[in-house]
Amino acid sequence: MKMSRFNVISLTLGFAFLYLPILILIVYSFNESRLVTVWGGFSTKWYGVLFQDERFLGAAWVTFYVAFISASIATILGTMAAYVLVRGAKFRGRTLFSGMIYAPLVMPEVITGLSLLLLFISIGLDRGGFTIILAHATFSMCYVSVVVSSRLVSFDRSLEEAALDLGATPWQAFRLVTLPIIAPAVAAGWLLGFTLSLDDLVIASFVSGPGATTLPMRIFSEVRLGVSPKINALSAILIGMVALGVIVASLTTKRRAMA
Amino acid sequence: MDGHRWFGVDRMKRIVLWPPYVWLLILFLLPFALVFKIALSDMAIAIPPYTPTFDLTDPGSWGATIAAFDFENFQWLLDDALYYTAYLSSLRIAFFSTVLALLIGYPMAYAMARAPVQWRPVLMMLVILPFWSSFLIRIYAWIGILSNEGFLNMVLGWVGIPPLAIINTNTAVYIGLVYAYLPFMILPIYASLDRLDPSLLEAAEDLGCSRAEAFWRITVPLSKAGILAGCFLVFIPVVGEYIVPSLLGGSNTLMIGKVLVEEFFNNRDWPVASAVAVVLLFVLVIPIVLFQRSAERGDSA
Repeated sequence: MKMSRFNVISLTLGFAFLYLPILILIVYSFNESRLVTVWGGFSTKWYGVLFQDERFLGAAWVTFYVAFISASIATILGTMAAYVLVRGAKFRGRTLFSGMIYAPLVMPEVITGLSLLLLFISIGLDRGGFTIILAHATFSMCYVSVVVSSRLVSFDRSLEEAALDLGATPWQAFRLVTLPIIAPAVAAGWLLGFTLSLDDLVIASFVSGPGATTLPMRIFSEVRLGVSPKINALSAILIGMVALGVIVASLTTKRRAMA
Repeated sequence: MDGHRWFGVDRMKRIVLWPPYVWLLILFLLPFALVFKIALSDMAIAIPPYTPTFDLTDPGSWGATIAAFDFENFQWLLDDALYYTAYLSSLRIAFFSTVLALLIGYPMAYAMARAPVQWRPVLMMLVILPFWSSFLIRIYAWIGILSNEGFLNMVLGWVGIPPLAIINTNTAVYIGLVYAYLPFMILPIYASLDRLDPSLLEAAEDLGCSRAEAFWRITVPLSKAGILAGCFLVFIPVVGEYIVPSLLGGSNTLMIGKVLVEEFFNNRDWPVASAVAVVLLFVLVIPIVLFQRSAERGDSA
């Protein structure tokens, strides 16, 4: 199928719009000069400056452990929620439960952040990394649940029933039959939760305490004052990591699909 | 035997249900109730800065506490022009950025669906990739481009065009919003166009439809579900957006998410911030319900 000129132009312009800003950002992270308008020659000095900044290293560590733990909690709870919802368990408050699963997906971040902060203050919980983990696990579990649900819906239930008929306990049937089949969705859910947590600024700013500053919070407070080549360097590293991750993930799934 | 088998499964479901259920009740529903409660309280110069505080341990005081609630903060939102101007301005900005995203996103989704089959996964990945990279960083990239001594004005200077003052205006906010939310518009439209059977278009053309006519009478109506989903996915989050107006917008950019954060952190007026949140929620309930309805219809279709 040959593409019309109009289609080629709209794709070219569209992708230029999506990618040029990121490209410019990365190019300027190698600029010797502090100013955007002055190209002072190629240099990696801002990367050096970045790696010597203890505040950034500390924030990176907080961001990483918060994302890791919250994504893991979210994956377990979200998979449980998806299993209960898709396998049609009947219980009082089912509508409330599924409402609570879908509502956080469309809830404005400012409201989620505000409401959780009010909760943490009213029960007297010290704010810090722990409260960010609680907040992130809550909204991530909803995303995990949606991703895992879609896999569970398309899954042939008779496999589970066969295992039960052959004498497996429900837990064995889940662990040996269901879990291996939904594993790609569970892994995708974990990755999604991890990325959402890495990315979050608004909710973390609300629920964090003085001891825990995440990378987005650090970046935000610097860039409010304008462009900083150090942030460009940090952005280039983060974008590089994401691009690498997505490419590796898509290559491995493609290979698995072909095998 | 059979009954025993299903009894086991039901018991497992019940055990599996509790952890996520209780978690959401405590960390989603309860905080929500708190926002409503504080929205009905008065501001105080203590910490926490609102009164009355609800003392759950003393049931005798509940009646008095509830009697002290009033709608003063909501009255305040009505009296002060700042708030309703901010709501209206958020809705207007969300509406126009949705339209702009549709105008840019539809031709892209259309071209993707018309691209050779072996290219489509790559094009898909190119649309999804920005979604996985940090929102904050993608908005930050525009500061360097749009600022007065930024990349755009440098390029304009080369061709002899006088510099533009875009940063800290609503134009910059529109650019940032459309840029950040464009993938949410493209993906559902692409999904609906991808399912469209090309033989329908061939049939229309065989029956004497012009290309343009076939597009408006067949392609657009059949991709309506994708268009609707894309519009809601852009509109709903943009109404409450905070990062874009605070980084790219100026002092005259009024968006309710920004007002809420400033009310809470700068003015420390928790009751008014909570009332702002409650009203924002009511403003969004209608589009959210419409979105869920259209999503359900899309599933059953």
